[in-house]
Amino acid sequence: MKDTDIKRLLYTHLLCIFSIILSICIPSFFLENFSILETHLTWLCICSVSVTAVNLVLYLIVKPNASSKRSSISYKVTRFLKCCIYFLMSCFFFHVIFVLYGAPLIELVLETFLFAVILSTFTTVPCLCLLGPNIKAWLRVFSRNGVTSIWENSLQITTISSFIGTWLGAFPIPLDWERPWQVWPISCTLGATFGYVAGLVISPLWIYWNRKQLTYKNN
Amino acid sequence: MRLGSGAFAACCVVIEVLGVALFLRGFFPAPVRSSSRAEQRAEPAAPEPSAGASSNWTKLPPPLFKKVVIMLIDGLRDDFVFGSKGVKFMPYTTYLVEKGASHSFVAEAKLPTVTMPRIKALMTGSLPGFIDVVRNLNSPELLEDNVITQAKAAGKRIIFYGDETWVKLFPKHFVEYDGTTSFFVSDYTEVDDNVTRHLDKVLKRGDWDVLILHYLGLDHIGHVSGPSSPLIGHKLREMDSILMKIHTSLLSEERETLVPNLLVLCGDHGMSETGGHGASSMEELNTALILISSAFERKPGDIRRPKHVQQTDLAATLAIGLGLPIPGNSVGSLLFPTVEGRPVREQLRFLHLNAVQLSKLLQENVPSYEKEPGFEQFKMSERLHGNWIRLYLEENNSEVLFNLGAKVRRQYLDALRTLSLSLSRQVAQYDIYSMLVGTVVVLEVLSLLLLSIPEALSNKAELEVPLWSPVFSLLFYLTLLVLSALHVIVCTSAESSCYFCGLSWLTAGGVMVLVSALLCAVVSALAKTFGDGKFLSKNSAHPKPRWSELDVLILLGTMGHVLSLGASSFIEEEHQTWYFLINTLCLALCHEIYRNCLLRDDSEPQQCPHVEEEFIRTAAALQDRSTGCDTLEPHGVSRSLTSLDTLRGYEKWMVLASPWVILTCCRLLRSLNQTGVQWAHRPDLGHWLTSSDHKAELSVLTALSLIVIFALVQRKCSLTSKVALALGLLGVYCYRAAIGNVLFPWQQDSKDISKGVIEARFVHVFVLGILFTGTKDLLKSQVIATDVTIKTVGLWEIYSGLVLLAALLFRPHNLPVLVFSLLIQTIMTKFIWKPLRHDAAEITIMHYWFGQAFFYFQGNSNNIATVDISAGFVGLDTYIEVPAVFLTAFATFAGPVLWASHLVSFLSSETSSGSALSHACFCYALICSFPVSAYIILVTSLRYHLFIWSVFSPKLLYEGMHILITAAICVFFTAMDQTNTKS
Repeated sequence: MKDTDIKRLLYTHLLCIFSIILSICIPSFFLENFSILETHLTWLCICSVSVTAVNLVLYLIVKPNASSKRSSISYKVTRFLKCCIYFLMSCFFFHVIFVLYGAPLIELVLETFLFAVILSTFTTVPCLCLLGPNIKAWLRVFSRNGVTSIWENSLQITTISSFIGTWLGAFPIPLDWERPWQVWPISCTLGATFGYVAGLVISPLWIYWNRKQLTYKNN
Repeated sequence: MRLGSGAFAACCVVIEVLGVALFLRGFFPAPVRSSSRAEQRAEPAAPEPSAGASSNWTKLPPPLFKKVVIMLIDGLRDDFVFGSKGVKFMPYTTYLVEKGASHSFVAEAKLPTVTMPRIKALMTGSLPGFIDVVRNLNSPELLEDNVITQAKAAGKRIIFYGDETWVKLFPKHFVEYDGTTSFFVSDYTEVDDNVTRHLDKVLKRGDWDVLILHYLGLDHIGHVSGPSSPLIGHKLREMDSILMKIHTSLLSEERETLVPNLLVLCGDHGMSETGGHGASSMEELNTALILISSAFERKPGDIRRPKHVQQTDLAATLAIGLGLPIPGNSVGSLLFPTVEGRPVREQLRFLHLNAVQLSKLLQENVPSYEKEPGFEQFKMSERLHGNWIRLYLEENNSEVLFNLGAKVRRQYLDALRTLSLSLSRQVAQYDIYSMLVGTVVVLEVLSLLLLSIPEALSNKAELEVPLWSPVFSLLFYLTLLVLSALHVIVCTSAESSCYFCGLSWLTAGGVMVLVSALLCAVVSALAKTFGDGKFLSKNSAHPKPRWSELDVLILLGTMGHVLSLGASSFIEEEHQTWYFLINTLCLALCHEIYRNCLLRDDSEPQQCPHVEEEFIRTAAALQDRSTGCDTLEPHGVSRSLTSLDTLRGYEKWMVLASPWVILTCCRLLRSLNQTGVQWAHRPDLGHWLTSSDHKAELSVLTALSLIVIFALVQRKCSLTSKVALALGLLGVYCYRAAIGNVLFPWQQDSKDISKGVIEARFVHVFVLGILFTGTKDLLKSQVIATDVTIKTVGLWEIYSGLVLLAALLFRPHNLPVLVFSLLIQTIMTKFIWKPLRHDAAEITIMHYWFGQAFFYFQGNSNNIATVDISAGFVGLDTYIEVPAVFLTAFATFAGPVLWASHLVSFLSSETSSGSALSHACFCYALICSFPVSAYIILVTSLRYHLFIWSVFSPKLLYEGMHILITAAICVFFTAMDQTNTKS
């Protein structure tokens, strides 16, 4: 039971990583002059869309949290709308935090916002898929001892590693190497992406290694 | 000997200050010097070299120019003359540069780009050491060999008008002078008018040989409003007209006497894009240098780009031009175009004189001078020169003579360039031995501090200092013996000068006793720790306290900051590191608060005790297995449950909102002063406020800030100090109105601007009064020892006195920094530290981080140029060293000092446990000495880095000053702690 779960987790994560790789490779066939650094904003949009799509599809196929009791259309629609609003709110929330961290207020607004969008994609979208628009569940998952399944555990790990990646991504900005990737917000978005990918890789492994010690309330 | 951990830490920091001082003395090298002093230079000039036939020319060549006028414009960077600004605002100068009889150069100044070292460089041709910046405030008499002294000795009459620094450097050299002070930076017309008003009179008279004019206005404009201000254009136009006046007057005189005169237009340093100077950007280094004389021939249509030369070249050129010996310490080479019009024999003679002087300097400073390429080139060109002289005296064919002459000249020029380059490189010689001794002291103190952490932070806050037993141990004497032997060996064999060897035997012996005693203490502490470690590992049944996320963040942040000091960019942009860290700290606090508040809300109504129980059981089970997973730990939650429960509705909302308020404050402050290097040119609120168009806004902001300061500070003061504070803050506004920063509502146009001495003194009186009241209260609490509140009030009064002083000294637009600092302190006290019950160590480190961030919020950076020297003159008529240095240091380090004093008053008023203060003192000492020690090692290993002078050295000075201030703070802490234990 558990091993199959971990295997499923691993496959879904591999698919997520694959979607990021595709978002780097595929557009260069369709768009001229596409490269991550020069047309960074385009890449951000494409990457965000593809990761969101893969997450949604995987959620619909795998259905990690088994049963939702009501399944009327109206319930689903309101739930979906709520999710959209939550996503937008999280984008604005991240944007505000970036500005508080020192991002320029007026210049480069689009860049900062798209950075917020991609960070939301890596963190908020999986949360929304897994936990739904339920703040209390979120708080439970992101506090100690609140995890109730390997899915939530992996969610915790990927989200935190995305944040840490973003945080570390800000470090090269003051260095005077004058590289194109040091421009705001490229190093941070790259950091977020690497953090997300690292989280995707680490979490199945970590769960596999610690599978004996991990006891969840429901499993 | 048992010591409180506070007292122990204070002792450690004081010893560390000694170590750092020794290191600094060794690190900042003495500049290249010729052994012969100015007075002893009676030796004859080097004769012309000759091969075979003896030359008949042994005396110094006669002067090339009759009169020399040096017009020095402070802050005249190259593009003000040669760029578009020059074309627009300095038409006459541009005409001279393009068509007239002149030679124009871009003279590169060396670091530090501050006025006094630059004047020294211009007049002596030597490179003043970096440490001269520190002495910039009180420039003592220049004892080195220099052009002015030589000119006076040769009977030239010198007249000087301009910056007073010259008069201090050359107190008895001028037959007539009028010094203007650069005292009052916001004045940029008066200082220059004071120079120009003498000009007409002096130019008519003929009784002088050298006239020096030093104009300060341009630099003042740069400081106040930057290089792109429209005022710069006006000033340049004014300077242009003055230049024209001098030049026409010189030309008309030449028509009568038929002897050429020389007019030198130069800058001492440039001006950065923000208007300051002191660092090493191209704008600060490149200055304009134009030599104008009718002796310079110029064919029409001969357009030349200004050549890049060194600033030090001017001294040699002036000496040649005036027919004086070249200053002994000069590392510059003659600006050859100035002598190009002379006969070849004279040209070669001048070049030879310069080369002889440079090679002599090289011989005195470099042990292996014979292997230097410059010296070899010089020897060869001297030989060729001798051959040329022989041919010349034999009156040989002019064609051969000319060709050989050109060859000799080329050889000489090459030799001069190489010699001058290798001499400039000699400046960076370190006194490794003193540096090593200083480093050893600092490292020993640091390891002692680190080893005593567990004991010092225990509940008792006392520790056994192993001091007396090691003094009588064998190890101590052995170390002492070895060190003395080493000292003797090093000092007798060293070739270069060494400061530590120069100390008296008693002092050096004292330092060695200290080093070996510290070594013994470290060894015994180490032994004890390992003994305890074995002991602990045997019975590790009792669980160690786990680390919360906050502790991890604090540790990682401190380590990360120390590591970041190894990169020059991170030092330049250190403010970014601190802003980043305090933002992350606020978010971590936010996380902690939300988890505590919201999860309590959830779990209480919904989840039954059953879940809770299971929760705890799982946690316990997990802990037993000790998976090493730090996230599963109930410690942080349980700690603060009780306190957050007691909060009522509105307070709870305030607690929830407080991190966001703090974050917003920090963001606003960040945009007040852009500092650092990369983003320093960005527009910021500070510049907007200080520009003359926004005086009304600044006035409103100042008044508002002062009111808020009063409101925030007065609540814990006694009545007398409340009144004093109110009057003092009123005085601050009056002072700012008097010096013309702000306006009174009834006063529409800014009328007379004064220095505001009376108003500032008025405020000083109240500062002293409040400090005195606070001290009195503290003493009272010590004597009576009944009431804790008296002590709290006393500490708060001292704190408010410091706030008042800071309000007086800060730059006009920086009052919001003070306001936000008070606001954040209040919010943190009320809504974060009290409800969440952090321990003393965490609170100390948070105070330290915020103190560091506020250091940069004030607009400081790791660059000497951002020190606000004008703070040292507030309330003083003239420059008095001790108060000026004290006021400047306080104004610069106001952020850390205010946060530290807030820490003292907070801890002594809030916490019940008596050991909090000594824990705090220990932590403060540790966290301050850690970066210093690491930085000393880093700088030692990076001492040949390209940016060592421009980036690392200023930071080293800042760190040295910081550790000194930390020592003062720790002593204050300990004093408070002593009174605590007694009462």
